[in-house]
Amino acid sequence: MPAVQRAEVVLRVNGDEHRLTVDTRATLLDVLREHLGLTGSKKGCDHGQCGACTVLLDGMRVNACLALAVAHDGAAITTVEGLADGEELHPMQEAFLDHDAFQCGYCTPGQICSAVGMLDEARARGELDGLDDARIRERMSGNLCRCGAYPNILAAVREVAAAQR
Amino acid sequence: MRPFAYERATDPDGARALLAAAGPGARYLGGGTNLVDLMKLGVEAPGALVDVAKLPLATIELGADGALEAGAAVTNTALANDPRVRAGWPVLSQALLAGASGQLRNLATVGGNLLQRTRCAYFQDITKACNKREGGRDRDGCPARDGDHRNLAILGHSEACVATHPSDMAVALTALGATVRVRGDAGDREIPMPGLHRLPGDDPTRDTVLEPGDLILGVSVPPLADGARSTYVKVRDRASYAFAVVSIAAVLDRDDDGTVRDVRIALGGVAHAPWRAERAEAILRDGASPDDDLLARAADAELSEARPLRDNAYKIPLARHLIVDTIKELM
Repeated sequence: MPAVQRAEVVLRVNGDEHRLTVDTRATLLDVLREHLGLTGSKKGCDHGQCGACTVLLDGMRVNACLALAVAHDGAAITTVEGLADGEELHPMQEAFLDHDAFQCGYCTPGQICSAVGMLDEARARGELDGLDDARIRERMSGNLCRCGAYPNILAAVREVAAAQR
Repeated sequence: MRPFAYERATDPDGARALLAAAGPGARYLGGGTNLVDLMKLGVEAPGALVDVAKLPLATIELGADGALEAGAAVTNTALANDPRVRAGWPVLSQALLAGASGQLRNLATVGGNLLQRTRCAYFQDITKACNKREGGRDRDGCPARDGDHRNLAILGHSEACVATHPSDMAVALTALGATVRVRGDAGDREIPMPGLHRLPGDDPTRDTVLEPGDLILGVSVPPLADGARSTYVKVRDRASYAFAVVSIAAVLDRDDDGTVRDVRIALGGVAHAPWRAERAEAILRDGASPDDDLLARAADAELSEARPLRDNAYKIPLARHLIVDTIKELM
């Protein structure tokens, strides 16, 4: 077995800069959860199939379980812990509460980060107006919910999308 | 996961030098959405990764001849949503957006998309025999032939391997007659699509014709003829976020009187490589505006060579209907 390889990376996570020495095998998800204690991002499948680990990487939603930390040296990451403004929840978090958009809650941080990233993408492309239910479902398809809370997740995302138009 | 050294390349020649210096078993790393997963599964165990995602190959440009030039490090998201791609090569944008999820497309690159491995369940499970896995050739054949092959190949497979290539983008590039630009030991060369991916034959470990050290620089996609229409249709087991059961990329160019000037059809989910439907194309290029009979004849001709396994014969009528309905849709 070859020796463990380590590398130094700088990550800006929820606005705070962290200089870390990581095993090259560590994913962003491992670093967030195990090094930084940010356990909001969840390890679901760990293979990019469920979306529970979704975070915003330089503003874009990605599966943190498939992104090697060493490959994203210098990146800015926003996790579910970084969405609120102090005690004020992000509108997407409020909408998930208002619409009861979860049951067990395990997929919820990934759902919320994905929805925030998805709406940012749609706004940047001038597509908010055309974002009907079918398109929201399609664009959120990378986030699975084993409890089946999809109708309420859809309602929450729809409401935030409407408010952004 | 086996420990590995990590190197970040800043230019293509540097990437090739780093890979050569790292010795056999080193791999280029793009977005990592497939390779990192395969490393977790133990299917891949490289001693070193050479990161090529930050190479200056992330540009989308239009060449003087109107061709689309997309670099290997362009993300699937960026390529799919580029206004020029959407307007000029709808089939390519649609194919990209039919693949994976928003999260994965934000990381995945053009080069990595082309080189992604099959999702055959046996290939991805190192406790099972597989002729495709590295070192797997000494093992006992292909359990998929008598096992779970519902979503595996019906065309061009061999005794050794019945895997399918999973990319949607590659199917569109095949219908579009794209070329893949590659830098190798003998300099740069262009590989036409189809032609990058190979059929399994007796060596399924090789997905493509690339040689060790070859680096994909990008893809060149010729413009569609004025008035030509194109589309991508993907049948899958759920509405979104699933690999194709069967998919089709089609480009149709007709005269004002309906005569077919050119038609190009590629199928996904049916073979070890994107499957260019040349037999169907030849019949449809016969001349007159295609009617239902001609379309059915074309589809049947293409699928006459299909050799279904026990549980995937359903793909034959599925592909047949897809060819007929998609060309009608484009008329």
